Amino acid sequence: MAKFTAKPAELLKIDFKTPKTDWMDTPVEIREHMYCHPSKAKDLETVGFPNIHEWKPVDENWNLPENWKETVINGIKERLQKYRSFHVFMDICVRCGACADKCHFYLGTGDPKNMPVLRAELLRSVYRKYFTTGGKIFGKTAGARELTEDVLKEIWYYYYQCTECRRCSVFCPYGIDQAEITMIGRELTNLLGLQLGWIAGPVANCYMKGNHLGLEPHTIKSNIEFMLDDIETLTGIRINPTFNRKGAEILFVTPSGDLFGVPGVYTAMGYLMLFHELGLDYTWSTYASEGGNFGFFTSNEMAKRLNSKIYAEAKRLGVKWILGGECGHMWRVLHQYMDTWNGPADFLEVPKSPITGTVFDNAKSTKMTHISEFTADLIRHGKLKLDPGRNDHLKVTFHDSCNTSRGMGMFEEPRYVIKNVCNHFYEMPENTIREKTFCCGSGTGLNASENMELRMRGGFPRANAVRYVHEQHGVNMLANICAIDRATLSASMDYWVPGVGVAGISELVANALVMKGEKERTQDLRLEPLPQKSGEKEGAENV
Amino acid sequence: MKILFPFVAVIALVLLAMVGVSGGSLHFLFGVIIPYAAVFIFIIGVIYRVLKWAKSPVPFCITTTCGQQKSLPWIKQNKLENPSSTLHVVGRMAMEVFLFRSLFRNLKGEMKDSSRLVYGSDKWLWLAGIAFHYSFLIVLLRHIRLFAEPTPFFLHLLETFDGFLQIGVPRFFMTGVVLLSAVTFLFLRRIYIPQVRYISLSADYFPLFLIIGIATTGMLMRYFLKTDIVGVKELAMGLVSFNPVIPKGLGVIFYIHLLFVSTLFAYFPFSKLVHMGGVFLSPTRNLLGNSREFRHVNPWNYPVKVHTYEEYEEDFRDKMKMAEIPVEKE
Amino acid sequence: MNLNELLLKKRQTILKKWFDSVLETYPQDTANFLKRQKDQFANPVGSTIYNGMDSLLEELLNGGDTDKISTFLDNIIRIRAIQDFTPSQALAFVIQLKRVVREELINENKESQFADELLAFERRADDLMLLSFDIYMKCREKIYDLKANELRNMTSKLLERANLIFEAQYRKIDLEEVLQGNKLERGE
Repeated sequence: MAKFTAKPAELLKIDFKTPKTDWMDTPVEIREHMYCHPSKAKDLETVGFPNIHEWKPVDENWNLPENWKETVINGIKERLQKYRSFHVFMDICVRCGACADKCHFYLGTGDPKNMPVLRAELLRSVYRKYFTTGGKIFGKTAGARELTEDVLKEIWYYYYQCTECRRCSVFCPYGIDQAEITMIGRELTNLLGLQLGWIAGPVANCYMKGNHLGLEPHTIKSNIEFMLDDIETLTGIRINPTFNRKGAEILFVTPSGDLFGVPGVYTAMGYLMLFHELGLDYTWSTYASEGGNFGFFTSNEMAKRLNSKIYAEAKRLGVKWILGGECGHMWRVLHQYMDTWNGPADFLEVPKSPITGTVFDNAKSTKMTHISEFTADLIRHGKLKLDPGRNDHLKVTFHDSCNTSRGMGMFEEPRYVIKNVCNHFYEMPENTIREKTFCCGSGTGLNASENMELRMRGGFPRANAVRYVHEQHGVNMLANICAIDRATLSASMDYWVPGVGVAGISELVANALVMKGEKERTQDLRLEPLPQKSGEKEGAENV
Repeated sequence: MKILFPFVAVIALVLLAMVGVSGGSLHFLFGVIIPYAAVFIFIIGVIYRVLKWAKSPVPFCITTTCGQQKSLPWIKQNKLENPSSTLHVVGRMAMEVFLFRSLFRNLKGEMKDSSRLVYGSDKWLWLAGIAFHYSFLIVLLRHIRLFAEPTPFFLHLLETFDGFLQIGVPRFFMTGVVLLSAVTFLFLRRIYIPQVRYISLSADYFPLFLIIGIATTGMLMRYFLKTDIVGVKELAMGLVSFNPVIPKGLGVIFYIHLLFVSTLFAYFPFSKLVHMGGVFLSPTRNLLGNSREFRHVNPWNYPVKVHTYEEYEEDFRDKMKMAEIPVEKE
Repeated sequence: MNLNELLLKKRQTILKKWFDSVLETYPQDTANFLKRQKDQFANPVGSTIYNGMDSLLEELLNGGDTDKISTFLDNIIRIRAIQDFTPSQALAFVIQLKRVVREELINENKESQFADELLAFERRADDLMLLSFDIYMKCREKIYDLKANELRNMTSKLLERANLIFEAQYRKIDLEEVLQGNKLERGE
């Protein structure tokens, strides 16, 4: 009898170290499936990143360069002088904890070092040690600590568990933005050659070939031609877009993820169909064939180098203005950085919709307009013939992407578009959308495969909210305006809320778009039967 | 340890004042030199800090946009959460500085209908923050009475408002109690919420203990250990007129209070307390959100190495020609 | 009173002890975060696990519809399958239920009174354990699926093919034929 009252059997003992110790005394434990693999040397060479060397995150020795410590300290010093944000954010945190449970990684992992405040403290403690009087004198009591290899590893580990989503910044009483601190922290790791393969690869590709995926010019064209075949099957209309055409009115730039892989290509098909229907005088570019910017996840300088192609190409082709596709961090960069880096774009004109005549004054300087702004304006002016019934098989909810929300503030335009092309739209719970939206869990170059567990944990808060509308309203489509969302939320939904698909808004627009001279449509862009056109056999089970 | 150390430090301050004043008769040191030094350090320190921040430029327009952008004319812009004019920013900053707007947004997960997780609002931290800061401000303003002759008119107003309960002699001021309760709440919160406890440093407990000490000694003097208010005023007037005098008969408790306050002032510029100045300089809050409409200039923007179109075409010319993509050079 | 009735009466106690035993499997900092008495549901992980256990217990005591039980188990295991656990650690919580229930009975001194029913209950818990293996494996397989799919969808394969097509054309091979083949491969 007594043996049943015994404590849990050996099997149930979990050999976790339970850190009762202070966080500074709890050394980092780098765990499988939580990090991405290091970059290949050749990718770093391509763009001339420093300190290229062999290393593995789980190894004891990271083969750091001789003067690594000096590099980091000087790196911090330089950035304190260059960024008021960084300098102020290092000083004014009062550790009130308001940000703690706002981070999707903290909510999904429960790891205290994933609290934004503590993630910042990892670097702040080093800052105090080397840059403040109190830290120099009182050391640990003042929250300061020596920069050691362990500390560096810790910073690396946790700064690549942050997607720079800025949700913490919304709740911080001083607006401290962990995204800003993470960017600086990542720049420091980049100085030491501690870059991720999943980031360095796309950066090198984008630098040499114009886009993250490394699609060469002919491949871009043939990929789009595949889509055109599908569009022809669907509508009976053959579309003939142009590439690198001089004298076009508009240059169209979208993330290369849209040209490749499912469900991104459906969004690209949407753009093609919409522009064709409008008779838009536009061109694609194979040189500036990337709207996204993985350089943004390495260093400010690299981001600028990649971004420069957009204006350069607009100038070379002599277009009047630039239209941008659906992407999250791409729009943070375009909205808040591009003009500063590579402007002023005085060779361009203020964007003006050739269809409605609307002048996009909000893009007066940057000269680049978002496809959702453009489409919302078209719909508002009644320039599109839409049959939302074609999306009746979809019950749609909208995921606000972090960057278009908190780094731009685009909330109503995409909603307006969705409501006009879909009959069934349901919002997720209030505190999980708009500026309080949850990240997909895979942004900032963390959308690799080897860290799938990390992504699933980080994506859980978002998925949890989707599950709610899935259960309440039968939502089966998660619409968004971000290429990374389209790729990564597919996996997240597949795992957490099976039965919910992921789509770009332009796909939904094209589904509903009644085109001149089209044949009667029986399929949607995914070549699945349309609801009203399907035979009796089509049951309700795929909802 | 993180709690003990600052606690001991505050106790040490008490002992220091006690020994210095009753044992060593160092009244001049504690009543004049230290306060002067503290105020000096405070002023120079804060100016130094703010100037140092201000010296670092703001290279990018990194506004955290918390509301609808200004875009199409028929879409309602959220001017306070996504400002596009200086007036909007002033409004946003005022909300932030005076009402702690962002803290007001605070959320907490909660279970609804015993099965559904919802993120509901959690205003306790905001409430304590507001109560603490405002009562501290009012208490501070009330002290002007000691430094000015005649007493400025607004102080009467303030005191009427503060003492509206009309009880006790001397009249009972609520702000003292509110200050003490709020600061105690903030302290308990730090201890009881595991996450907050985990992130707290000595530097977080020290000012809390100090302020608890200031409020306690202040209230002790006012309500219990009647202090010679005329003497205090004499000392204060002496200090502001740079004619310092040490009146007789000021108790040890007064010197403890004064040392606490001096310590707080001197500690201020070296600590997280500078958030008072920093919040005004926080780029995510004080910048405009319309960075596509007006170009933000980065003073250290420098040319970078890029991969030009010409280089690109060199690499792919044949393939481009095969695919009938126009090229510059045949 | 039979065992089920007794357990239903003590459901809250059992649930709490069972949940606590799960929390013990997390590192202390994490457990603190998941637990926090007053709002232990203040996070999606804690709340999902708690709800799953609550429903599971209810279903187990009220007959037990296998489909429903699977769903509730799935909710819990899906989370534990992507956390830092070995398979045995991830699923140990199922066995913990047996211990919690038996301890309750011992406390009440009713263990021998319900000996037969207890055996039956434990058999059901064992079934639960077996079911858990299936679910756990399904979750892990899903993770590997996702990894494989993403890699296949997003990178090399398609890119190679697309580049190959061009190479083919480059070498004057009939592009139409290749494209045709390609379309067939894509199942059109």
